[in-house]
Amino acid sequence: MLTYKVQPKGAVSPGMNTCQGCMIDVIFRNALDVLGPDTVLVIPPGCAAQFSGCGPEASVTVPGIQGNLENSAAIATGIARGFRHQGNEHTHVVVIAGDGGTVDIGLQSLSGAMERNENILYICYDNEAYMNTGVQGSSSTPLAASTTTTPAGKPVNSKDLIQIVMAHHVPYAATASVANIPDLRRKVEKARDIRGCRVLHVMSPCPTGWGYPPAKTVEVAREAINSGAWVLLEYEEGKIRLGKKPSDLGHVEKYFALQKRFRNADEEDMRRAGAHIAERYAWLEKMAAL
Amino acid sequence: MSTPRNTPMNTPRTRKVLGPCSHVLVAARTGSWRTERPKADEALCVRCGTCARYCPTACITVHREGPPLSFDWDYCKGCGICANECPKQALTMIAEGSEEACP
Amino acid sequence: MSVKLFDGNSAAVEAIRLARPGVIAAYPITPQSGIAERLADEVADGRIRAEYVRVESEHTAMSVAVGAQLTGVRVATATASVGLALMHEVCGVAAGCRVPIVMPVVNRSLASPWSLWCDHSDTMAERDTGWLQYYCATVQEVLDLTLCAYRIAEHGDVLTPAMVCLDGFFLSHSMQRVETPSDEEAWTFVGPYVRKNMYLDPEDVMFVNALCPTFEHTEMKYQQAVGFERAAEVTKDVFSEFERRFGRKLSTVECYRLEDADVAVVTIGSMSGAARYVADQLRAAGVRAGVLRICMFRPFPAEEVRQALKNVKVVGVVDRSSGLGAAQGPVCSEVKAACYGESPRIFSFIGGIAGRDISDISFRRIFGELQEVCEGRRDVCTRWFDASEDAMNIREVETPC
Repeated sequence: MLTYKVQPKGAVSPGMNTCQGCMIDVIFRNALDVLGPDTVLVIPPGCAAQFSGCGPEASVTVPGIQGNLENSAAIATGIARGFRHQGNEHTHVVVIAGDGGTVDIGLQSLSGAMERNENILYICYDNEAYMNTGVQGSSSTPLAASTTTTPAGKPVNSKDLIQIVMAHHVPYAATASVANIPDLRRKVEKARDIRGCRVLHVMSPCPTGWGYPPAKTVEVAREAINSGAWVLLEYEEGKIRLGKKPSDLGHVEKYFALQKRFRNADEEDMRRAGAHIAERYAWLEKMAAL
Repeated sequence: MSTPRNTPMNTPRTRKVLGPCSHVLVAARTGSWRTERPKADEALCVRCGTCARYCPTACITVHREGPPLSFDWDYCKGCGICANECPKQALTMIAEGSEEACP
Repeated sequence: MSVKLFDGNSAAVEAIRLARPGVIAAYPITPQSGIAERLADEVADGRIRAEYVRVESEHTAMSVAVGAQLTGVRVATATASVGLALMHEVCGVAAGCRVPIVMPVVNRSLASPWSLWCDHSDTMAERDTGWLQYYCATVQEVLDLTLCAYRIAEHGDVLTPAMVCLDGFFLSHSMQRVETPSDEEAWTFVGPYVRKNMYLDPEDVMFVNALCPTFEHTEMKYQQAVGFERAAEVTKDVFSEFERRFGRKLSTVECYRLEDADVAVVTIGSMSGAARYVADQLRAAGVRAGVLRICMFRPFPAEEVRQALKNVKVVGVVDRSSGLGAAQGPVCSEVKAACYGESPRIFSFIGGIAGRDISDISFRRIFGELQEVCEGRRDVCTRWFDASEDAMNIREVETPC
């Protein structure tokens, strides 16, 4: 039984060692608030492992397990099937994993779980690099972004997780952002009430890795949406629904200027990044029109 | 936010557990990280709750009456997101330890 | 109890069925595929009432197993060779989190070179992962040891996962008669799974497997070591109970004509029958030959091995894995350590790699060399006893002009 040394805020410890300005806390608190106490968490190593606890110390008031970096969806599968065998179809089995554990090393197990339509909710908080190990590039790192393993800027575009997810025909998938918490809550609520494999892809900017003042996390996330670098959408029953059209689609200058990771990006980089964003958005619009 | 079902209760009888089991809910005193703290201009604040909604540490409480905001200084990291997001610019960040911060 | 005809894979499936798992996750790999397929059949036909998870890899199979068993149900999985190697990381999680999973492993060589055939390089590579290891000599033992493994692994003082190792093809695909307990007889012995340590339950909150600081990591490893110590005792108790119930004797080590032996071989797995056959022949010819078979390799039964071999003059330990870079094969290392300070001279023999048969001819040769040592006519033995003499020259390719 959990022993309380402090009063939690929602289902989360009030003092978390996430960086100043990091909003993973907000994702955890809101998701767990919407899902309620009948929830089991799977968290891989990474920034979110702060919420797995350390030694005897726990950080959340729901049960959970820290798995390996690449098997969150697989462990969640086991938990969901174990519960189902025991007649428990009510407990929410929820993964909260970073982009590295999702789009890179964990993609295979997630793909398997999506294909089998396991009854799990998979939430990927995307800070677009391996932040916990010191800002190494991931396949979610965008074009031209500098990381410790792409010091001159990443030469290729990021992997398109949400389209990979949609290609698995899951019952519900959505993107969300820490720039819009009510929207995030609504999507978690929706996912909560659907059975099968549900995936939420949430942008969570990282002041430490992206190089901006901690006060600007929401502002940076908002600018990502305005420029189309992050697109809010929902996928349900095979249909894509896009959010409001980005006000500044394909214009990344303002977004890039907020962050030091893009400081070496030249005009050509910005043109390429902008063109990619515009093309991707046009493709999504076509898909949404079907 | 709702209170979880298993909030503080009497300590049950103990049992031995082998292996890595985390079972004591604790908190880091992240308030000690602060170099700046938010200060509210009560005349400008419209109690909309944006600051509280986006506060990473959930340490802002919005009151319906009286002084509009109170802060949990044990955990506020002083990130400044609240001040950056306030639609009325009712929050400003002031230096921790300054005269203004410690009246 | 009835007599059935099973191959090793089917015997493993029968033991799993009798233990009534709630979740099954297995990924097919030669020569284990029969287990993954037949488990799916058993579930489809309603003979096992379990969730069957058609996983996309062995890594996921073990991950599903860990997650599922932590909810309080018995799980089943099985693998072989590179599949076990892929599981390795999660095998450590199962062991460290004290999740007592029982897993048949159908022994097959690890790549490279690619091979489909039997040796112990797969399970020997896992010998320090924190799993109990039992090696079967017959198909009957596949059934018996698997049933026993549930009782041992799940014992409250042990809480350590177990591999039941069966030689690929030699056992997995060999039809043998197997005395099979009825469902009720087996269930009375195995019993339902009871969660005893950590679990995932919203009604009793704990977080499993968080980062463990240095100040208590050693203690967690020590707890596992104590689990192994207790496993050695619990194994004997469970084997005794098994014999009382089913009339078949199981042992951690099997001594054959060792009491007055001058020369002996130490074997593991399915090669043991051939060794006993040759020992009988040698005995008939006046040579005092014996055989010690290691059945339980983890925990290693060092004291039993020492007692069994201390009066033997010359011992040859036959490893079915190469133990590259070591002073001897992995089983031989253990045997030498166990016999340290005793008089037998101990030699390492390595062979039977990747399905090469260890036949009566092999054992005649090994015993022959041991006898020569015994008679003072030889000082070293041929470690790679079944390697061809031109091993370094088996490929000669043409060079470009």
